[in-house]
Amino acid sequence: MNKQGFIKQVASACLAVSTLFGAATVQAEDTIKVGVLHSLSGTMAISETTLKDTVLMLIEEQNRKGGLLGKKLEPVVVDPASNWPLFAERARELLQRHEVDVVFGCWTSVSRKSVLPVFEELNGLLFYPVQYEGEESSRNVFYTGAAPNQQAIPAVDYLMNDVGVERWVLAGTDYVYPRTTNRILEAYLKSKGVKDEDIMINYTPFGHSDWQSIVAEIKRFGSAGKQTAVVSTINGDANVPFYNELSNQQVSAEDIPVVAFSVGEEELSGIDTSNLVGHLSAWNYFMSVDTPENEAFIKSWHTYIKDPKRVTNDPMEAHYVGFNLWAQAVEKAGTTDVDKVIDALPGLEVPNLTGGVARMLPNHHITKPVLIGEIREDGQYDVVWETDGEVEGDAWSDFLDGSKNIVADWVELKCGNYNTETKTCSGQNF
Amino acid sequence: MAYPAVRHRTGWYSLWLLSLLCLLITGGAQAHTTPDEPVVMADDTAVMMDPLQQRREQLASLATGSFADKRRQVNSLQQQSWPGVRAVLAGMLAGALFHDDDDPANVYVLREQDGVLIRINPLDGSEVEIASPQGLKEVRTNNQLRRALRGAVARFDMADESPAVRKAAIAELRRDLDSDAVALMRERLPLEEHSGVRNELEVALALHDLDSTEAATRLAALDVLSGELANDVYNRVQRLLATDADGLPVEPDGRVRAQAQRAIDRIEQRRSIFGGLETLFFGLSFGSVLVLAAIGLAITFGVMGVINMAHGELIMLGAYTSYVMQLLLPDHIGLAIVLAVPAAFLVSGLMGILIERGVVRFLYGRPLETLLATFGISLLLQQLVRSIFSPLNRTVQAPEWMSGLWRINDVFAITWNRFYIIIFMLLVFALLWLVLNRTSLGLKVRAVSQNRAMARAMGVRSDRVDALTFGLGSGVAGIAGVALSLLTNVGPNLGQAYIIDSFMVVVFGGVGNLWGTLVGGMTLGVANKFLEPHVGAVMAKILMLVFIILFIQRRKQGLFPQKGRAGEDH
Repeated sequence: MNKQGFIKQVASACLAVSTLFGAATVQAEDTIKVGVLHSLSGTMAISETTLKDTVLMLIEEQNRKGGLLGKKLEPVVVDPASNWPLFAERARELLQRHEVDVVFGCWTSVSRKSVLPVFEELNGLLFYPVQYEGEESSRNVFYTGAAPNQQAIPAVDYLMNDVGVERWVLAGTDYVYPRTTNRILEAYLKSKGVKDEDIMINYTPFGHSDWQSIVAEIKRFGSAGKQTAVVSTINGDANVPFYNELSNQQVSAEDIPVVAFSVGEEELSGIDTSNLVGHLSAWNYFMSVDTPENEAFIKSWHTYIKDPKRVTNDPMEAHYVGFNLWAQAVEKAGTTDVDKVIDALPGLEVPNLTGGVARMLPNHHITKPVLIGEIREDGQYDVVWETDGEVEGDAWSDFLDGSKNIVADWVELKCGNYNTETKTCSGQNF
Repeated sequence: MAYPAVRHRTGWYSLWLLSLLCLLITGGAQAHTTPDEPVVMADDTAVMMDPLQQRREQLASLATGSFADKRRQVNSLQQQSWPGVRAVLAGMLAGALFHDDDDPANVYVLREQDGVLIRINPLDGSEVEIASPQGLKEVRTNNQLRRALRGAVARFDMADESPAVRKAAIAELRRDLDSDAVALMRERLPLEEHSGVRNELEVALALHDLDSTEAATRLAALDVLSGELANDVYNRVQRLLATDADGLPVEPDGRVRAQAQRAIDRIEQRRSIFGGLETLFFGLSFGSVLVLAAIGLAITFGVMGVINMAHGELIMLGAYTSYVMQLLLPDHIGLAIVLAVPAAFLVSGLMGILIERGVVRFLYGRPLETLLATFGISLLLQQLVRSIFSPLNRTVQAPEWMSGLWRINDVFAITWNRFYIIIFMLLVFALLWLVLNRTSLGLKVRAVSQNRAMARAMGVRSDRVDALTFGLGSGVAGIAGVALSLLTNVGPNLGQAYIIDSFMVVVFGGVGNLWGTLVGGMTLGVANKFLEPHVGAVMAKILMLVFIILFIQRRKQGLFPQKGRAGEDH
């Protein structure tokens, strides 16, 4: 080999390297954009910040595994600031300006309702991770939280059959989720033969802090000699003074248990739980569930957030499931194109964190186990009851007059609001 | 059961030998904890083997069985009388019952004494000090099980030394009167010497006697119950007055019905009286919270005329101060709260002075700009707290003496924390009143607020007074925060929840008048609590706002109009 040849070779090698490098840079620019639409300030920041971190952690893990379709995932985080109209604006920003391929986001039902028209207009893809009141199924939304039949109804069944509850207090914050859930529960209880006088319904404003008279009333209602339970859809911050008042007025869980649908490990971490021992929550996941998947998830969460004391909760698991379902759908479709991913999703299965399988159903809801947990002194839950297998999420409640005959099916019927009696699709998904 | 019986047996033998050894060694110490059992065991080992084996099996099922199994074991254990059985049940109720991770038949009660963990074997009473509960698993319970356990422990406690424990035990058994419990009570009645406990026993037995087929027994039972107000008595007596499906009375005897009616009427009358008192108390305590939240604003807005939208955040700072104090003094929760009061005054007061000197003083006489600027400050403070303490709520623990009830009778009880809040509010109000009316600072504050130019002419340094007044109002807001931290969430949004209420109270009471704030807050609190049961919490709030708007239309100056020129000069 002569000198010139050597130089030539070096030069070509350099060229090859630089082309490779150049290609790599191009590759890095061509990423899959994942939108995160969770409030990082305002009232809901308390719950939603954690979910933002969860999505970022999942993205990081996926990227460590090599991303999707050979591309890296790139998070786009926006802050809708607990302001419902702002949710719609931020959603538009994500879809139009950032052109994200998928969005994980929203917590309250009102924020979901606010972004729904945007996602349908711009054909976006939203994964919604929180338990909600149902009565909705949009082509562009996948609901990875619990529908009422995956949380509220089984919880009431447990209280009725296992605890022997005969008198019911339905207490909630005054907004759409508690109102609809309580409507469903009331209809359900009545169908089980509970009389009107054995149901007490009470609504309180957001952030209600003076619970004296309501707890006294619950106490009076519960002193009629029949086992009484409180089904609580009280939201967020109002729970702390509510539980404090219960313990101050010495209403113990053994006398009048409270089963809550919005209180989880995260909320309990801000409460002195020693007086709450025995009160219940119904969820599809608890941090205390003992499975290898859950252990691994908790471990990576603690590593990611750099705080071994942080808890995990149900909506985090919903994002975990939702994210994995989406990733699988993208792999299956071979593209991030929204229409193809939507078509690929129904029928896909991923393991959940409680040892079961989450399957995406044609109505865009998933299968979930239902767990009832009693609060422990350390702010964790003891699972005291669970369903035998996974329960299929039902978008339209079977216990409400307006929605009994309605089904959602995006595979066969291509409709989120199909009336089985008139055999028509209303075309409106909510 | 999942584990093989053989293993069970060997485990039992070794334990049996071990416990025998223990007995021989610690025989003397044993004697006072378990007076009769060791004698029996030493005398008749052959007969004892079976029951012990049975107990171990029972404990194993109690430790790791299903909730239904556990329930069965509790029902069976409560009938047994070996020495460790109460310790097992009470330990299980308290979450202090553990079992060996690999042998569920080895069940222990853990007790912490002077920082040392002691592992007690309930079967032989032997105690071992252990370093940590490693290798032990807590025996899980649920609500229904705990309720059964409470009843089971109560059966043992009926013969306790302390009358209070006996009384509580009887009250517990009364909740679920079965023939077993009744038999126990009948046995106990002639032995009981304490009159209060006797009375409890008689009431419990009378409740049972209402089921008797003899009309005379039922009448006698009603006599015993005639002075009682308790719910279970009411419910039971009420049932005597019920009618069956055909409209015939359930109770055949007319005399019994008449007597029952009298008892019911009496209880209902008491209930309505004490119900009214209860609502009044709720109203006063809610009013106290309103006054506490508003009283600082009564100074900054009322006396100085500054529309301080950051007032709520000054309250929040006070609440966080009590959280920090508890972090600093983790072993003295009560003391931390007491110390938090002056600390919160300083923190919020200094922040107030900073706000006044830094922003507000440039904006005197421009209310709209003050409003916007202080609103900006409020957002700033919220985000500051969010960055320092995270957006999650923080826990402030209520000290022991602030939790629980003061039970005045069966239908009326006062929660201690609310009671202290009322007292605390009155103290703060009195102090503030003294400061404003009896100190030189108070005199200057009043002088400046009434006529700034004149006060300055008399040599009062008005900006210094402005700063101090604002600091005083802010400091009082901080004190309110300490009180609120015990009632509600300590989080970045704490202040927002109270800002509207505070303005409402000050405007309603009359701007610039402390008494107006007191009377206004109390009126709103009581009115709200009387409305709430009838129209619901949401509507009550709306009605209050409507009422205040209408009231202000009629009386622009509020309840107690300020005399003089207050407000005009700013």
